Amino acid sequence: MGWLPAPVEQLLDVALVGELTVVGREGRPITHPLIPLYHEGRIYLHSSTLFSKKLEHIKREPRVALAISDPVATKGNPDRATIQGTARLIEEDPHADWERLILDLWRRKEPSIDDFLKVRVALPLFFERSVIEITPERCLFWAEGRTDRPPVETRAPASEAA
Amino acid sequence: MTATATRSGTGSAHAATADDLQRLAAYPHVVVSWVADDGFPVSVATTLETDADAGTVVLIAPAGLAIPADREVGLIGSHIHPVPGGYDERRYLQLWGRVEGGRRFTASRAWGWDEAEMPFFEYSERSVPQSRRYLKQLSAEKGRTIRPRLSPFWLALRTTRLPFLSATAVPVLLGIAVAASHGAFTWWTALLTVIGASFAHLAINVTNDIFDTLSGADDANPNPTQFSGGSRVAVYDLVSIRGLVLLAAGLYSAAAAVGLVLVAVTGSITLLWIGVAGMALGLAYTAPPLKLVYRGLGELAVALGFGPIMLLGAYVVQTGSVVWEPVVLSLVPGILISLILFVNEIPDRRGDAQAGKRTLPVRFSPDVVRTMYLVGAIAAFGVIVAGVAGGLLPWPTLIALAAVPLVLRVHQGLKVHYDSPYTLMAVMGANVNINLVVGGLLLVAYVVTIVGMQLT
Repeated sequence: MGWLPAPVEQLLDVALVGELTVVGREGRPITHPLIPLYHEGRIYLHSSTLFSKKLEHIKREPRVALAISDPVATKGNPDRATIQGTARLIEEDPHADWERLILDLWRRKEPSIDDFLKVRVALPLFFERSVIEITPERCLFWAEGRTDRPPVETRAPASEAA
Repeated sequence: MTATATRSGTGSAHAATADDLQRLAAYPHVVVSWVADDGFPVSVATTLETDADAGTVVLIAPAGLAIPADREVGLIGSHIHPVPGGYDERRYLQLWGRVEGGRRFTASRAWGWDEAEMPFFEYSERSVPQSRRYLKQLSAEKGRTIRPRLSPFWLALRTTRLPFLSATAVPVLLGIAVAASHGAFTWWTALLTVIGASFAHLAINVTNDIFDTLSGADDANPNPTQFSGGSRVAVYDLVSIRGLVLLAAGLYSAAAAVGLVLVAVTGSITLLWIGVAGMALGLAYTAPPLKLVYRGLGELAVALGFGPIMLLGAYVVQTGSVVWEPVVLSLVPGILISLILFVNEIPDRRGDAQAGKRTLPVRFSPDVVRTMYLVGAIAAFGVIVAGVAGGLLPWPTLIALAAVPLVLRVHQGLKVHYDSPYTLMAVMGANVNINLVVGGLLLVAYVVTIVGMQLT
């Protein structure tokens, strides 16, 4: 469904953590480690309203980048990628939208989330969440994580760009 | 870089320090990021070497991508430790600064979080104002109110702090048991007593939350636990203060209605005064002008409320009279339940102090608090021994002394975990259990006493 190279999709499928960089109020890059989810060509991240400054930044400037580059988080996959794209927030109902949209994807990567959900009463605000949907526009890929070599660059077909 | 007392693992942005650079260099995985001319951020894994003398780090620049010198650049180290089902050992540290010559990075600002330095629950709690702000902004954007929610069951449980009703069950059931041992027992007035006392207890819980929220005591406490820190439903905006006031009024009304029925049935003016005293004490616990718990008198109020008032009230419902035995026995749950409050105030003490809530753990040193706990617990068991020796309590009540080792365990736990709210939770739980175990053993003692009387 997506245009991202297969090795990058594999990275997205396996990564427990990626680094989302957003543009801060003064044009400063601000990076947040988050669990990336991937489905049908779109990247999904999510954030509790407790840690929602990143959401405010995205509302002001939706251009973002996601780096998947930590081999510990990719279960030993040494490849690295950075995906730039445009983000939109899904937060009509922060209580329930994320459960409908991404909970299945989330629990596939982090099954222990179900243990936390069972005690939702103890962490009610943690489970008020916005979904960050990223439409990829440009991808930089480093096979074997070799950042000493220039990345292979791929861009979204015009029909896919946000 | 400037020296600063702010730690980099506590989620606060601060001026970067040499310590931050050293910490960043220790991360096995670092990403450099900047905002490119097209407006998109760029982020790439890098490696770095620290030049401690110069107060800089030298990056291994990624090939084919020039790190700009004319704008701020970010460096983030992040770490997780995968475990079955997820990951732990979360930490990250981000530095901002400028890069010269494409490689040499000088940091100016830093921000990070390390769950080993600030537990996730505390980090979340400190972020509650951000959540409130964000949901308020979101409500303005969407043109409708967006609030956090819980299912009705969990919301009711959390708002009223329902599990704490075990504290009410012990004295009320003991009062009924003593009356039964005196030959007086009517099942439906006993049931009404349990219901009325429960309404009163829940009303007091909700009232306590209202005033602790309004005073800022709950806001100032970043370490609530399942035993301490209040329900926080108003802090989290799950329920409005108005909603809590209506709920408290409803619960007080229900308690008063049940109490009046019991007064009418028993015709006991003594019961009426006990009920009025209980209601007044419950309100005075946190409500102005008395605010007893703010003045270090909370334990005394709880000891009276959950001791003589609850136990004696339940006894009077059944018998219509007051004798010494229930008065003496009531001191046991009274003391033990006030010790529950006493221990549960320990993790709240910094926030309480900030809000002017001068509880005993705020006023006294850890050593004094631990000693006070031990003295209080010994006094509770001493009442039983003295009561039996004085012929006021039946000898089977001595079985409750079997719970003494639990007291020693809690006392030891207070030594080890006094300053760690989250590891103290197990100690607080064990302390709650002491009241239940002692209460249960005393109930067994009275059943034995009643059976013995039937047999003789």
